[in-house]
Amino acid sequence: MNRLVTNLRVVRALGLRSIRQTFRRPQLMAPIIVFPTMLLAIQTGGAAGAVDLPGFPPVQSFLQFMLAGAMMQSLMLAGNSGGIALAVDIEMGFTDRLFAAPISRYTIVLGRLAGTGALGLLSALWFFAIGLVFGAEIEGGVPGALLAIFLVTMTAMAVGGIGAAIALRTGTASVVQGLFPLVLVVLFLSSAFFPVELMIEPARTIAEYNPFSFISEGVREPIIAGVDATDTAEALLAIAGIVGLGLLLSARALRHRLRVG
Amino acid sequence: MSAPAAIAAEGLERAFDDVLAVQGVDLEVAEGEIYGFLGPNGAGKTTMVRMLTTLLLPTGGRATVAGYDIVREARQVRASIGVALQEAALDPLMTGRELIRLQATLQGLPGGEGRQRADDLLERVDLAAAADRRVGTYSGGMQRRLDLAAALVHEPRLLFLDEPTTGLDPVSRKTIWEEVRALNENGTTVFLTTQYLEEADQLADNVGIIDSGRIVAEGTPTALKTELGNPHIRLQLEEGSIAAAEEICARIGPLLPPVDAKTVLVEVEHGAADIPRVVRALDEAGIEVGSLELVRPSLDDVFVAKTGYHLEQDEDESDSEAVAT
Repeated sequence: MNRLVTNLRVVRALGLRSIRQTFRRPQLMAPIIVFPTMLLAIQTGGAAGAVDLPGFPPVQSFLQFMLAGAMMQSLMLAGNSGGIALAVDIEMGFTDRLFAAPISRYTIVLGRLAGTGALGLLSALWFFAIGLVFGAEIEGGVPGALLAIFLVTMTAMAVGGIGAAIALRTGTASVVQGLFPLVLVVLFLSSAFFPVELMIEPARTIAEYNPFSFISEGVREPIIAGVDATDTAEALLAIAGIVGLGLLLSARALRHRLRVG
Repeated sequence: MSAPAAIAAEGLERAFDDVLAVQGVDLEVAEGEIYGFLGPNGAGKTTMVRMLTTLLLPTGGRATVAGYDIVREARQVRASIGVALQEAALDPLMTGRELIRLQATLQGLPGGEGRQRADDLLERVDLAAAADRRVGTYSGGMQRRLDLAAALVHEPRLLFLDEPTTGLDPVSRKTIWEEVRALNENGTTVFLTTQYLEEADQLADNVGIIDSGRIVAEGTPTALKTELGNPHIRLQLEEGSIAAAEEICARIGPLLPPVDAKTVLVEVEHGAADIPRVVRALDEAGIEVGSLELVRPSLDDVFVAKTGYHLEQDEDESDSEAVAT
């Protein structure tokens, strides 16, 4: 019990450090809030007519549709930034301080993920605020908004797990940073920014099986239509899959790091 | 029954692919001593420290730290030790106070106690005024002191310091030495790696010299230097008086091979106490002495004798007392 309490305190302390680190290093904050906000502004300003395309889901406005995409972009980049920050810690030897402490080594990863989850939460709140200010309606009401915020937070942690695993494995910030374009490719090959039904092959097939499409729909449905049990369940399953993959890869990377020093 | 060793290693090895960084090291560090682990860059010092602090798995041999096996009881090892690694592992974006408090949490100290310890330690290492500044704004010496304070937050009985003064100015170096001495006087065992001979000589009760992954000499600094023989007196004379001076000096002690045509080297058994005898004998013979110097064997001489090269190429580390005449 004592050990559990200590580990929880460590996760909290490392999570807070991770958040502070992001706020104190603007280059980590920019991809999480600034870039997705700019993209949201450009897309809603320039492609608002897309809602009139045949097959486009019924929405109140293009902004309402795009809110989920902006949140997805933000949380993906939050996960990537979390990985970069962990890799920087490895490069400057800070993780040695953590590895030399009498704590479960998994708390180091969990602490980082807690911080990434908090940034996901912040991002969800930010984009809901923007949506409400610019007239988007949340069809699912408060429960729908809470569900979307929950899914965004969990996904940020799940993506952060993958970022952490890559950071632990490579120990190099530039490698994790190099995944930045890949993050965007994965997003553009999902339903985050555009309905799958309107995509052409092979992007359409890829997007249909892309787990981030399921998560995007899980986040979007409460905003554009209301809470849907199937969409929510599929989103949760996709998140669970990414979490599982992240944990597996992180565990292996941790063992590798201890072997190679 | 003797007290268990603070650190005991038997045949400890670490290979990186085909390279054996540490090759079958046997080591014993007693409770309460300062053990200086001396060697050049790449000798295996940091690899040893990383294995003993459970940051790196050994590929052979075994070791216990604070009585715990470094592989099977790694968590107990980590709870028993304080570690300040080479190139202070600090986050430049954190403040000094945040870092020490985080370290207190990592060591399992309750919140109030951790905050109190952080304040006390910042005071102790003279960083209270800078405690709320970001670590990135600290000087090298301040960062080292902060790193040391962080390693002490849970009052460990065994402290690992990996090159704690590398790159520091002499004043900062002396401040760290004083702190290490004070800790040791309070009973903390210190395992200190260094590439500075003077540091090992000044601080360590016992010294281990490591070269190419192997320990090539071990003992107290005095014993290691004594092993090399007695000190000698170096005399600078006029060229015409060398032969006569050699004849006189040979009666006092064995002559050593001269380094040039104006120098006589004579080994003396009693060090400085033999200087008046030499001066008197030369004076009575009417030989004028240009300069006289007592040269004691240094750790560098020990290092050269054991490895065949100098550890510090740029610094004259001879312990010498020059007497101008």
